[in-house]
Amino acid sequence: MSAPTSTITAVTPEGPEVAAAPAKRRRLRFVANPKAATGLVVLAFFCLIAIIGPWIAPFDPSARSSDLIQAPSGKHWFGTTHLGQDIFSQVLVGTRGVMFVGLLAGLVATALSILIGVSAGFLGGAADDSLSALSNVFLVIPALPLIIIVASTIPSAGDLMVALVIGLTSWAWGARVLRAQTLSLRRRDYVEAARATGESTWRIITFEIMPNLTAIIASGFVGTVIFAVMSEITLAFIGISTISEWNWGTILFWAQSQQALAQGAWWWFVPAGLAIAILGTALSLINFGIDEFVSPRLRSSGHTRIKTKDGHSVRMRVGFTPVLSSKQAPVTPVVRREQEEVA
Amino acid sequence: MKFLLQRLVFYVFTAWAALTINFFIPRMIPGDPVTSLINKFQGQMSTDAINSLYVLFGLDKNASLWSQYVDYWGQVFRGDLGLSFTFFPTPVAEILRQSLPWTIALVGITTFASFMIGTSLGVLAGWRRGSVMDGLLPVTTFLSSIPYFWLGLLAITLLAGPDSFFPSSGGYEPGLVPSWNAEFIGSAVQHSLLPAITILISSVSGWILTMRNMMVTVASEDYITVAHAKGLPERRVMVSYAARNALLPNVSGFALSLGFIVGGTLLVEIVFSYPGIGYNLFQAVGAKDYPLMQGVFLVITLSVLVANLLADVAYLLLDPRTRKEG
Amino acid sequence: MKAPVLEIKNFHVDYGLGDEAVQAVRDVTLTLHRGEVLGLAGESGSGKSTLAYGVTRLLPPPGVISGGSVVYHPASGDPYDVMALTDAELRAFRWAETSIVFQGAMNSLNPVHKVSTQMLDVIKAHEPQLSPQARIARAQEMLKLVGISADRMDAYPHQLSGGMRQRVMIGMALVLEPQVVIMDEPTTALDVVMQRQILAQLVELRERLGFSVLFITHDLSLLVEFSDRIAIMYGGRIVEEARSKDLYTDSLHPYSEGLLKSFPALRGERRELSGIPGSPPDLRGMPTGCSFHPRCPQAFDRCSTEIPVLGIPSARNDPHRSVACWLPGRTA
Ligand SMILES: Nc1ncnc2c1ncn2[C@@H]1O[C@H](COP(=O)(O)OP(=O)(O)OP(=O)(O)O)[C@@H](O)[C@H]1O
Ligand code: SF4
Ligand SMILES: [Mg+2]
Repeated sequence: MSAPTSTITAVTPEGPEVAAAPAKRRRLRFVANPKAATGLVVLAFFCLIAIIGPWIAPFDPSARSSDLIQAPSGKHWFGTTHLGQDIFSQVLVGTRGVMFVGLLAGLVATALSILIGVSAGFLGGAADDSLSALSNVFLVIPALPLIIIVASTIPSAGDLMVALVIGLTSWAWGARVLRAQTLSLRRRDYVEAARATGESTWRIITFEIMPNLTAIIASGFVGTVIFAVMSEITLAFIGISTISEWNWGTILFWAQSQQALAQGAWWWFVPAGLAIAILGTALSLINFGIDEFVSPRLRSSGHTRIKTKDGHSVRMRVGFTPVLSSKQAPVTPVVRREQEEVA
Repeated sequence: MKFLLQRLVFYVFTAWAALTINFFIPRMIPGDPVTSLINKFQGQMSTDAINSLYVLFGLDKNASLWSQYVDYWGQVFRGDLGLSFTFFPTPVAEILRQSLPWTIALVGITTFASFMIGTSLGVLAGWRRGSVMDGLLPVTTFLSSIPYFWLGLLAITLLAGPDSFFPSSGGYEPGLVPSWNAEFIGSAVQHSLLPAITILISSVSGWILTMRNMMVTVASEDYITVAHAKGLPERRVMVSYAARNALLPNVSGFALSLGFIVGGTLLVEIVFSYPGIGYNLFQAVGAKDYPLMQGVFLVITLSVLVANLLADVAYLLLDPRTRKEG
Repeated sequence: MKAPVLEIKNFHVDYGLGDEAVQAVRDVTLTLHRGEVLGLAGESGSGKSTLAYGVTRLLPPPGVISGGSVVYHPASGDPYDVMALTDAELRAFRWAETSIVFQGAMNSLNPVHKVSTQMLDVIKAHEPQLSPQARIARAQEMLKLVGISADRMDAYPHQLSGGMRQRVMIGMALVLEPQVVIMDEPTTALDVVMQRQILAQLVELRERLGFSVLFITHDLSLLVEFSDRIAIMYGGRIVEEARSKDLYTDSLHPYSEGLLKSFPALRGERRELSGIPGSPPDLRGMPTGCSFHPRCPQAFDRCSTEIPVLGIPSARNDPHRSVACWLPGRTA
């Protein structure tokens, strides 16, 4: 649950490279980014598990058996709980709840952030002031405690409810970033021109502004999904959402409340925790990919070291331009006059 | 000063908004969870106490919403947040007064330390592209994707135990009486080490990353090229030209994300049974102790606002452009 | 002609490496002499800034210097190649020997430090033996020369107007009394009156301090007025070089001619104002032969196959000028 790490606010997509490349090639370039690609593959894997998890799970995750608190084995890959439940099945079945809440909350929050952020940025004036104040308030109020309180006040908070609560409280960061970007887009020449020729506000927003916000919206969505997954698991872990629906947080809830630690049952909480961390890492990687796509400068490329012709390597860095070779340059013959007549 | 005043107005507004949200949450929820609890403790509560719970949770259906709101404010200003059910009959305000210092010490110090450490590492990572630091980024990303509480659980399993130096729970040795003596403080520090390390490990990477990216962005500013052109020592260019400017957006980012961070850190208290307000929140949730929950939310929000204000003052000191002319 | 102070020889700059490399400066040979103002003109994108940054090795990644040398002649001692300096030597060379006023001078000042801090740190870095009082005195004196009063020393950049910031930068560039000052469009962001005022001051300072200037601009009329010699750049190459007077009255390269026609002359008879048709070449796909041939009104067969070599024009037999063009009487 770290700070939102996207720096897209600071580096707006104005680079000539981004603007010039045709749309299709740009999209391919994003997928070709190794970070984004890794993240997408892992995310796709979790989505697949979310869909087929309940079918491929070897056991009913709630079914009790006589194998109490057993270490991982061929039969129970991730071991068993105090009631003999199969943890591997719990993780598989629980994936659906995690992905559902994460994606739905992400969608809700993203929709709200677009609505509020873009309106604020585009309308300006009093509308902007009040919408900005609103998002700043939501940004400053600690979201997780608010979510915990709202969720625990609702009688039985199922996945849908939890997703909505998270979505409705975590749109502010995205709205803020989108507002800033819309504001700067609005001042660009082509948008000014469209306004001058009397195009409708709605048309300008959908055709001139939105396409330029895609990267920011995507990164905001991914960021919210990370936050939503973490929040949901936290809610389950501290026992707020209904424990009857399995998700990774529920597993951890039981592990904690049954003193899995004291009993040395590490397998009870390690798989779920790792799954969270891997999913979180994958989503972060996607966001790094987006950041680097928008601002190629951020790429931590391996190309900072280059070989000169005479064999030793130099570093590419700001302030000290590397000299590749001092002699063997392709030289076109030059007829020069002699002018060193000392004054 | 104008900048600070504007921010102050904003925080007052936010505080008002938070309190108002706090007022409405229990009123918007169908059913009323509090009445049954009040009934349970009926015989042991003074009418005053019952009254204040009625005001907090809007149980007095006869009063208009507006007069309920006015009463609510009056009560909040008196510091009357009702009675806790879990620690019946201790007032919520009293409980919070005891646990807040623990949270401020643990969460406050570690959050600040994490920011400072992460920012410094980020400066190096951004300045020396393609160095060891860049290779560490995937590792820190993975660490920051682990939920705080899970890392805490892991830390307890691996490092704490009956004969380990790190105690696995509590804020100080059970036999000790809280006071300002060496023995108590030593014990408190010892108990806070593991939670603090947990928070540090999972939060530092966010700062490394944002600072690194800001450094990369700032490195292409004209004044950095000029600093190089002036032939200044590398350290000076890095610190007082690049890092000094890259720090500004990071400080305002710090202020804005405090709400996110503090929310997560509070969970570490739960895992370590640390006597702060995060643990209070956990207890309150378990026991459906609504007055305590509301009180915790208020205190957390107000603390975050104060922290924000401090971050703004820091920004004011760091950026001459926000200072008054002349 | 006076002695050279900076000799750029067969200089090449690429952006990127290997197949992705874009050659932004190609085989430039140019000599700056002691005490002269050498103007460098050309359309946007012709590589003027790249050359200026390359000479001081300040190109941002992915810029690399792929060939050539820049020989600097210090006031006393042996000449040396700037491209062969180590980092530490380069740091010592910078500003003390060659300073730069950048194109984006509006953003050249660090926004979080006072003007004085930024003036003093450069003096401290290069002349650590100087006492703090002496440093302050030096900085104040220099600022006075460029028309900034001593009480503005403690201002932050945002408290200064654009013109004042520009003067501060020029003052800063001169504070170590370097032999060479490179100015990359130092006045483009200012209004015309301010431009002329600053340039007049610069000429005066040059007479007093005796430094040489490499002055980059696309305002040729400005150069004709203020510089001793002018080099014209096109597509990363120097295509003509001559004394300002000669270039103005008797340009030999069709591109120079086009450039001259693009600007209204300040003095002398009025000329017809006509731009150059077409657009600057794409560095990724340079035309074969003379890179100007697709836009050149006088192009003929040979132009599209062979690259013309910069040399003394055969028709003038003047050792002080050179041109790269296949037209009769130009390149030998
Ligand atoms: N970082 C870069 N990567 C790739 N190409 C670059 C880069 N920087 C500059 N170029 C290219 O190098 C060429 C020369 O640019 P340069 O800035 O030197 O032109 P200029 O003559 O100074 O133009 P202006 O008058 O607009 O300042 C341009 O075609 C530009 O597109
Ligand atoms: S060489 Fe040919 S194309 Fe090039 S400038 Fe001369 S005449 Fe024009
Ligand atoms: Mg330029």
